[in-house]
Amino acid sequence: MTVLTKDTTATAPMSAGADALVVSGVSHRFGDKHVLDNVSLTVPRGAFTVLLGLNGAGKSTLFALVTRLYDNVSGEIRILGHDVRRKPTAALQRLGVVFQSRTLDSDLTLEQNLYYHAALHGIRKSDARQRAVESLTTVGLADRAHEKVRNLSGGQARRVEIARSLLHRPGLLLLDEATVGLDIGSREGVLGIVRGLVEREGMGVLWATHLIDEVAPTDRVVVMHKGRILYAGFLPGLLEVTGKSDVREAFRSMTGATATAEAA
Amino acid sequence: MNVEAPIRPLDVEAPRRHGFGAYVACFRGIVWREVLRFLYQRERFFSALVRPLVWLFIFAAGFRQVLGVSIIPPYTTYVLYETFITPGLIGMILLFNAMQSSLSMVYDRETGSMRTLLVAPFPRSFLLLSKLIGGVAVAVLQAYTFLAVAYFWDIVPPWHGYLTVLPALVLSGLMLGAMALLMSSLIRQLENFAGVMNFVIFPMFFASSALYPLWRIREGSPFLYELARINPFTHAVELIRFALYGEIGATIDPTLTPVSPGISLDGILIPLQSGQLLDITHLVVVVGCTLLFLGAAVFAYNPSKGLIARRGGPGGGNAG
Repeated sequence: MTVLTKDTTATAPMSAGADALVVSGVSHRFGDKHVLDNVSLTVPRGAFTVLLGLNGAGKSTLFALVTRLYDNVSGEIRILGHDVRRKPTAALQRLGVVFQSRTLDSDLTLEQNLYYHAALHGIRKSDARQRAVESLTTVGLADRAHEKVRNLSGGQARRVEIARSLLHRPGLLLLDEATVGLDIGSREGVLGIVRGLVEREGMGVLWATHLIDEVAPTDRVVVMHKGRILYAGFLPGLLEVTGKSDVREAFRSMTGATATAEAA
Repeated sequence: MNVEAPIRPLDVEAPRRHGFGAYVACFRGIVWREVLRFLYQRERFFSALVRPLVWLFIFAAGFRQVLGVSIIPPYTTYVLYETFITPGLIGMILLFNAMQSSLSMVYDRETGSMRTLLVAPFPRSFLLLSKLIGGVAVAVLQAYTFLAVAYFWDIVPPWHGYLTVLPALVLSGLMLGAMALLMSSLIRQLENFAGVMNFVIFPMFFASSALYPLWRIREGSPFLYELARINPFTHAVELIRFALYGEIGATIDPTLTPVSPGISLDGILIPLQSGQLLDITHLVVVVGCTLLFLGAAVFAYNPSKGLIARRGGPGGGNAG
């Protein structure tokens, strides 16, 4: 396996003008098992960056390190210039996350879920009310604020999770396989909302997926396989270095993925 | 779907430091969520209440004639067996609630919702402590509901006992909750939790003074007696028992009983102005165990040092 190109766009570790996310030389292992090997990537502000990788590529581990569920043992991770290890509070304040698994309380209403999240960010109830309305409006669910989450469809629940991740006004949004299990209409709805945030708000988005048809021609693409970054850059560059005509073929040629593995 | 609605501009540069108000908001939010979830899950509320009531109405009624309880502190007269086991059943409520909380943490970790708590921009020890206190608030609600029902069963402590028992409930709940928090970090999968019932809950409950006085246990089995004496749950039950009567522990007259103040096998005894000695063993053990378990749990959940990180993180480390 050859690393075709490395992302070298990381900028200085300063808050002003800093990239939304800079991961530099991060390695990680669980026991003897290496799950990340010298991973470097950058998510600029106002960019929709797709992290493409098969199941087991290391995407969720990378997300766990960025969100500081556990610390990276080597390398550096910066969110809008703030080192996640050294200044976790400042870094996590600017981070919104949508996890792969559903994390809403199904017994609570939409707005109660959002209030809880607001509290986790130290936002007072009076502010939280206003922000909850704004966030739910953004995802088109303001009229269902008082309903219990268990009454929502999978796609609607995902939209609530996106609304929740926006509540504290982050500069970086991480979404881990956010469209898994959704029908095509819901997938497009969720993707549309997130792309709109990038365009209108200048937010940096890292969108982890193994679904290749979610990549748009203008997206930045990071290809991850077996804990290593194989490519980081724009889509035309990926096609160029692989000599393929479409992203699916390019991805397969880099990772040796089969159609079955992609669909998994 | 409306995706055009404006949201406020991103506030990515402004320095944001959490003040005291932010900590209060976070703490209140976590506790509020725990209580709200409990109140919404009515089945959980009733099953939590039914368990000790079955023990009180059926088990205690049946054993009333079998087990005689002599006059031991804090009781100043003979008491019915139902009265004797009430503090033990309150301890049972706290114990099961703590384990339920631990179970939900393992489940939350597997499903990922524990992550929403752990990625909040506050010190992890503060987040875990807040969650712990939220669980204790629920347990205290259950305990008072049980006491209210027990009142109609003629189990009536002195009126001030309803107030003085509160700190004991909180302390005991914290100790058991911290123990459960630690266990949730050690248990890798939900399936392993069945073992917790067999190896933790039942031994802790039965090898304690919840159902029988310690002197009775010593008569039956000196070994079990020693086991019960080092069982933290025994001390939680005894703390609750004394607190229901407005006391911390037994008061000993050294002229009648040959003991001296200080730390010994007799317990931790402090002198009172009256010349008597106050046994504060239960209080010290409960506070000490709380700090020990909580410290270990915070270590286990520490992102750089803890057991969770070494084993693949919350969620089992299923690298995706």
